[in-house]
Amino acid sequence: MESTIIKSRNFNASFGSNHVVKNVNIDIPRNHVVAVMGPSGCGKTTYLRCINRMHELIPGATCRGMMTINEEDIYTMHPIFVRLKIGMVFQRPNPFPNLSIYDNVIAGYKLNGIKLARAEKDRIVEHSLTRVALWNEVKDSLMKKGAFLSGGQQQRLCIARAVAMEPEVLLFDEPTSALDPISTSTVEDLFHELKANYTLIIVTHNMQQAARVSDKTAFFYMGELVEYELTKDIFTNPRDSRTQNYITGRFS
Amino acid sequence: MNMETSIPASVIPSPVVRDGAGLRKRVRRTFRQIRGEGAFRSLLLIAGGLLVVLVLGILLTLITQSLPSIRLLGLKFIWGSTWNPVRNVYGAWPFLLGTLLTSFLALLISIPFSVAIAIFLGEYYPSSWFAGALKNAVELIAAVPSVIYGFWGLAVLVPMVRQLEARFGMEQPLGVGIFSASLILSIMIIPYAASLGRSMIQMVPGHLKEAAYGLGATHWEVIRHVVIPYTRSGLFAGILLSLGRALGETMAVTMVIGNTSILPKSIFSPGNTMASVIANEFTEADKTVYLSALIELGLALFLVTVIINIAGKKIIDRVTNE
Amino acid sequence: MRTDHIKYRIGKSKGFRILVFVLAFACMIPLAAILFYIIKAGIAHINWDFLVNIPRPVGEKGGGIVNALLGSILIIALASLIAIPIGILAGVYLSENSKSRLAYWCRLSVDILQGIPSIVIGIIAYFWLVKPLGGFSALSGSAALAIMMLPIIVRSTEETLKMLPPSLKEAAFALGMPFHRVIFKVIIPVGISGILSGVMLSIARITGETAPLLFTAFGNPYLSGDVTAPVQSLPLLIFNYATSPYNDWHDLAWGASLILLVWVLFLNIFTKLISAKWKVQL
Repeated sequence: MESTIIKSRNFNASFGSNHVVKNVNIDIPRNHVVAVMGPSGCGKTTYLRCINRMHELIPGATCRGMMTINEEDIYTMHPIFVRLKIGMVFQRPNPFPNLSIYDNVIAGYKLNGIKLARAEKDRIVEHSLTRVALWNEVKDSLMKKGAFLSGGQQQRLCIARAVAMEPEVLLFDEPTSALDPISTSTVEDLFHELKANYTLIIVTHNMQQAARVSDKTAFFYMGELVEYELTKDIFTNPRDSRTQNYITGRFS
Repeated sequence: MNMETSIPASVIPSPVVRDGAGLRKRVRRTFRQIRGEGAFRSLLLIAGGLLVVLVLGILLTLITQSLPSIRLLGLKFIWGSTWNPVRNVYGAWPFLLGTLLTSFLALLISIPFSVAIAIFLGEYYPSSWFAGALKNAVELIAAVPSVIYGFWGLAVLVPMVRQLEARFGMEQPLGVGIFSASLILSIMIIPYAASLGRSMIQMVPGHLKEAAYGLGATHWEVIRHVVIPYTRSGLFAGILLSLGRALGETMAVTMVIGNTSILPKSIFSPGNTMASVIANEFTEADKTVYLSALIELGLALFLVTVIINIAGKKIIDRVTNE
Repeated sequence: MRTDHIKYRIGKSKGFRILVFVLAFACMIPLAAILFYIIKAGIAHINWDFLVNIPRPVGEKGGGIVNALLGSILIIALASLIAIPIGILAGVYLSENSKSRLAYWCRLSVDILQGIPSIVIGIIAYFWLVKPLGGFSALSGSAALAIMMLPIIVRSTEETLKMLPPSLKEAAFALGMPFHRVIFKVIIPVGISGILSGVMLSIARITGETAPLLFTAFGNPYLSGDVTAPVQSLPLLIFNYATSPYNDWHDLAWGASLILLVWVLFLNIFTKLISAKWKVQL
């Protein structure tokens, strides 16, 4: 019953001559939360950005190997299709400063030129904000610009923006590293709720977070995928000594 | 870590049903947009390329249009001191000399002022209200149209210079001439060197100045031995940009220089610059060689100002990247 | 002896400060003189008739400068129409492809364009438009001014877009937006005040330009809205009337100078307000 949504085989990524992701093979199961952890510089963020082809936006960035979504090759699809299916939330909250909260949520439609009826828009905005548990906090100030929101609220707004596009997969690049502990916990709570509808891949350098939120955890080290197991197994019984060293805090 | 206890989000209905029709519609739209993306990238490329084509076109036009004059007159054009279109004699030396005299005289007059402004704003009072006023005034000097400088020069400055000349007992106190043009120009070019010099001076690292103060240097000695040496090339670039501006300035100079093609005898003589002779005679040029000779002046002006400006920019880039 | 020397050095330092002070403020004198004189000479001639009538022939009192006012607006509007789209697109190109070979040449071209004397641009517009079209025209004047606007718009667009955080673009791309929508719907709207202040600055810069219009727009004593016909503009009118030997015409030119000055100052202040707002936003 567990079907694979994202699959990568012998996947490599580089910046110029700097080989940062090496031969990664991974199967991401549908409607699960997968955490990707590892010390900084281990290639985890680069790998994540390869999944929805954000990696190639950086000049000099290249990649090789197979990456599929629903058995379809991501690298033969147009990046726009890929990004419509695979949404992304970034390290720092980045709501569009020129748009209101309302418009930020439907930014994907608005900016892609997709015309929606007013009622439809209202429904998407309410639905998406409800999903990220932000509706009650902002419903009275939907037309204001998002600048007054707290960091956690801004990040949830960004998640709502991604959710509004109804992607199949959501990528999170260290989504709470710029947030305070309370905001972090509100965002983490969301992950459990979101996985019923989406597949979540979360890059984090915070082991506790990986342990708290994910079903499966992948450990990257020096560009290699060292271990990829059920979260409860990897933290209680790591098979590789490098994983062991990492989770016992021997290097960070 | 128990996932089962969390609230299943599936109880909230999904707003956009992932049904066949909706997806097909989205796919069609996306294909349209992908085509638009390619077109937009080429549009950007065209806009960027257009600027290069524009500059090449300007250079090419100037060269081809001045060919008749270059062929016919050769180097005589530069050293010939007679410009007489009626007799078909074209020597541009009076204009070259006029341009050099006005520009360098203007530069000489303006340098102390622009350097003083740069030091004042960059070092002495970077952020007080009267520094703000001075900064605005300098920007205002740059904003006033050159034709207004020319008109004011003609109405106010020229009579003053005329009185001055009469007092010194000159035979023909005209007022108009190279000196008046230089005075007007010197005001107009102050902002260029001043604002660049100011930003250069503000870039001087604080620790260098503190080191000098720590050795017991006075403010003047810090300026003299730390600030000025550190910003020397930046100040030079500012002066180059001012010079480029002075060489190409047309209207104000045309209005007060007296417009004569006779070789100037002194800085009080009337004269012409390359730019002012083009402005005055371009629409009257009835012969091919005449027009072509004027365009050759334009070509020379173009090349000189381009070289000066590029040199100035290169110096600025080098200084700011250090 | 030693204290004397120190006193001397301190004195020298103070003296230099005073010298700098005096020199720096000395340049405000000619500026004040010019502003004062233009206002004094111009204000008496400005009234309603001055703004709505065309100039009268020499010898007749009165007359106005409506042909120059409308002509200037026509030429500037047309020039903006040409220069703004090209300038913004080229600026976007430079900020998006900042390391390409074309970008290097493009930047060099912008630097060159910025330094070309305006009279030379007049010559170019003459050969590219006046001669092929068979006569002086508003269009050729606008083209000349558009060339002068381009470098300012390109540079301000490029600088503004470079300052925007990359996360903004990433957010847009991650929503599956195609490149042109990312630019038009996100990047340009966020940077709009920076781009706009560049546009305003370029308009302020060309409003007072006379030299490129001498053999393109040429001037016209009558009202004209035809873009293929010669047209009057404020700076051209000032130049022609100021250098004429008639006092009536000088009066017209003083009035026109004051209007031009106010117009240019207004544009500059407006630009400052926009860029101040922009700084607050970032």
